[in-house]
Amino acid sequence: MIRFILTKLGLLIPTFLGVTLVAFSFIRMLPGDPVELLAGERGVSPERHAELMATLGFDKPLWEQYFSFLVGILHGDLGTSFSSKQPVLEEFFVRFPATIELATCAIIFAALIGLPAGIVAAVKRGSAFDHTLMGISLTGYSMPIFWWGLLLIILFSSPDMLNLTPVSGRISALFWVDTQTGFMLIDSLLSDEKGAFKSAAAHLVLPTIVLGTIPMAIIARQTRSAMLEILGEDYVRTAKAKGLSPFRIVGIHALRNALITVITVIGLQVGVLLAGAILTETIFSWPGIGKWMIDSISRRDYFAVQGGIVLIASIVMLVNLLVDFMYGLINPRILHRRS
Amino acid sequence: MIKRGLLATAAVAGMLAMGSFSAAEAKTLVFCSEGSPEGFTPALYTAGTTFDASSRQVFNRLVEFERGSTTIVPALAEGFEVSEDGTEYTFNLRKGVKFHTTKFFTPTRDFNADDVIFSFERQRNADHPYNKISGGNYEYFNGMSMPDLIKDIVKVDDYTVKFILNRPEAPFIANMGMDFASIHSAEYADAMAAAGTLDDFDQKPVGTGPFQFEDYQKDSQIRYKAHPDYWSGKAPLDRLVFSITPDASVRYQKLKAGECHVMPYPNPADLEAMASDSDVNLMQQEGLNVGYLAYNSLMPPFDNPKVRKALNMAVNKEAIIDAVFQGAGKVAKNPIPPTIWSYNDATVDDGYDPEAAKALLAEAGVSGLTTKIWAMPVQRPYNPNARRMAELIQADWANVGVTAEIVSYEWGEYLKRSKDKDRDGAVLLGWTGDNGDPDNFLAVLLGCDGVGGSNRAQWCHKPFEDLIQKAKTTSDFDERIKLYEEAQIVFKEQAPWATIAHSVVFKPIRPEVVDFRIDPFGGHVFYGVDLKE
Repeated sequence: MIRFILTKLGLLIPTFLGVTLVAFSFIRMLPGDPVELLAGERGVSPERHAELMATLGFDKPLWEQYFSFLVGILHGDLGTSFSSKQPVLEEFFVRFPATIELATCAIIFAALIGLPAGIVAAVKRGSAFDHTLMGISLTGYSMPIFWWGLLLIILFSSPDMLNLTPVSGRISALFWVDTQTGFMLIDSLLSDEKGAFKSAAAHLVLPTIVLGTIPMAIIARQTRSAMLEILGEDYVRTAKAKGLSPFRIVGIHALRNALITVITVIGLQVGVLLAGAILTETIFSWPGIGKWMIDSISRRDYFAVQGGIVLIASIVMLVNLLVDFMYGLINPRILHRRS
Repeated sequence: MIKRGLLATAAVAGMLAMGSFSAAEAKTLVFCSEGSPEGFTPALYTAGTTFDASSRQVFNRLVEFERGSTTIVPALAEGFEVSEDGTEYTFNLRKGVKFHTTKFFTPTRDFNADDVIFSFERQRNADHPYNKISGGNYEYFNGMSMPDLIKDIVKVDDYTVKFILNRPEAPFIANMGMDFASIHSAEYADAMAAAGTLDDFDQKPVGTGPFQFEDYQKDSQIRYKAHPDYWSGKAPLDRLVFSITPDASVRYQKLKAGECHVMPYPNPADLEAMASDSDVNLMQQEGLNVGYLAYNSLMPPFDNPKVRKALNMAVNKEAIIDAVFQGAGKVAKNPIPPTIWSYNDATVDDGYDPEAAKALLAEAGVSGLTTKIWAMPVQRPYNPNARRMAELIQADWANVGVTAEIVSYEWGEYLKRSKDKDRDGAVLLGWTGDNGDPDNFLAVLLGCDGVGGSNRAQWCHKPFEDLIQKAKTTSDFDERIKLYEEAQIVFKEQAPWATIAHSVVFKPIRPEVVDFRIDPFGGHVFYGVDLKE
């Protein structure tokens, strides 16, 4: 077990270095001068331009800038965002709870609907339900997020239509909830404001659906495929022959094995959700890291972008590592085979 | 099954949400702002979004622009005197002005001359303890040539401050009304320095303005409370909330749903629907801006005014107003908008006349001309669709035998490359005024100092330069008007730009909002605004 963990951790080091290199070079490959963008139409004189570039350290050779970046990471310093003038690490972690809150709700929503739907579709293979579900999941998978988000807003939030949910944000502007944990559901519960929690919960509904739609479709399809494969196995046939109830066969014997595939998919989706909530966050004015990254890229805020990418990639790597460990817990044979 | 699930979830949440809206009793105005502020010290930043969140609510300046106009009015200074030679400005400060008492700072004294000295010395003096804090870039202070202009700032007594200038500069007072000239609390700065939290000074603002900062949840909300002891009287609103909503379509939906009361920058495509929407009062006003096409007057054949005028005459500006601005603009003939004093309505525009343009080109000895039109990659208030505008100009020029290629670059690159003196082609760009002074357009965009920089036409024409320099140094207002009017005539004769349009600014607000006024500088000022019960 220890060897397994050490091997996995050892693999993280070159991956992490690769990520730092990609993050560092990616933003610098984009055309655009950060100082000019900052100044806008007004512009800056060539002398002032050179002075600002020197202040930001962009006058140094690239290898030296990269080396400073690596040294900074080792010291827990990802630099200072030159648009907000705040440390990148602080900027990131102020926004991270919002993304985690949304991603958690989205993955729970996706799993709660996708998993049972996939199981039922597999059990009732070829039925009308199966075809309908696969059609819907394909549609969900192909749905352009921006369009889907706006459509739901118009349908559910517009006073001319259903007028059921709030349009965007994390809580109604009428509630003044102090930030304690950064998780609005928790902060609103801790606050004295009556109705704040309800408002926070209501604000989560549409973004959760929009962000959870694609993972839900993927989970449903993967669960169905995994279950179909397992249901065709000899031991399932044996279990049927022994007269076990369909619930025991599907719910305990088949599902446990199918879960390995499903957890892999969910694990991958967590990474996708953390990094890929950009569009959902933009549509719903959700103050998470996705929106912050987009803003930072458009401002050519080099330190914010490279620091943000490294942090997101690190979190995704850790989640994948966790998924690897979970395989072992679900099916110890994997652990033994690998170690 | 999935659809049913969605509907059920949404319905439950919707009922929850509806219960939440009766929560607050305070009179709260919600502004769906378009983006996050970079910080709360206006001198450090250049974005209007930051000014909206800081200088326009939390701070005051010595003099300010009257709400909804470009007229300078007294603010923290009750008045000022200018010396005979125009190089000394003595401000008499208002007494009894209170700074905000917040969760993080309790002032022990009223506003005085130390606060004025602190606010300017921080930007001016590289050795000031706050100069390097938060990046220490004071782009507006530098951009308005303040370091060269200000010789000294002297505290005469607690309520009198004298600015000594190196040269007479008539727009100086207008500059003092700009956001970078906001007055901070020196006592608060000292308290932060003593606590070793200098950086917090720029993130948790304390000012004398009508609203006091309460809290900022990054990228989400900014909260303000009315300053109870505001020197000009407490604001009619109790609370002000900026709900940060970057997408214009979502802002509109929030406005319709009553989740916000005022929204900036509507989608041009939504304007028609807004105009007929009973939930929306669509306000509009001519913007303090100009969109133009700047030739490179250093490069032949554009160094010949006849060629520039001929190309101007080939452009059908009315068609551009219809197609690009969808009617929400006005043809520009001068380099300053009509809302600015000294606008010369007597100038005659180079009217659309392709035949005359052909003749003028032939007279200038130009045939088979090929050039480039630079189209901005971004939407700006003075040009909502530069690519479309460039295509229309390209087609117009083709009619007079000029072949133009449209080029574009990423915005930062565009701004940088378009400054080059040897740039090939004509550049589409524009400007929104900072302080309502003609100098802010004419000197910045067409003055000799701007060549290789903000003067994209690279045009340095002595008769024009003499006029604007003279206007800058004279303090006789009528004389300044005459000089600027004359400068506009010279501009029209020389035609370094094709002046295209002044756009109309739209501001959708809820019907219950009372006395909101469109700020000519593109900002959002909420002091004086009320909500119907």
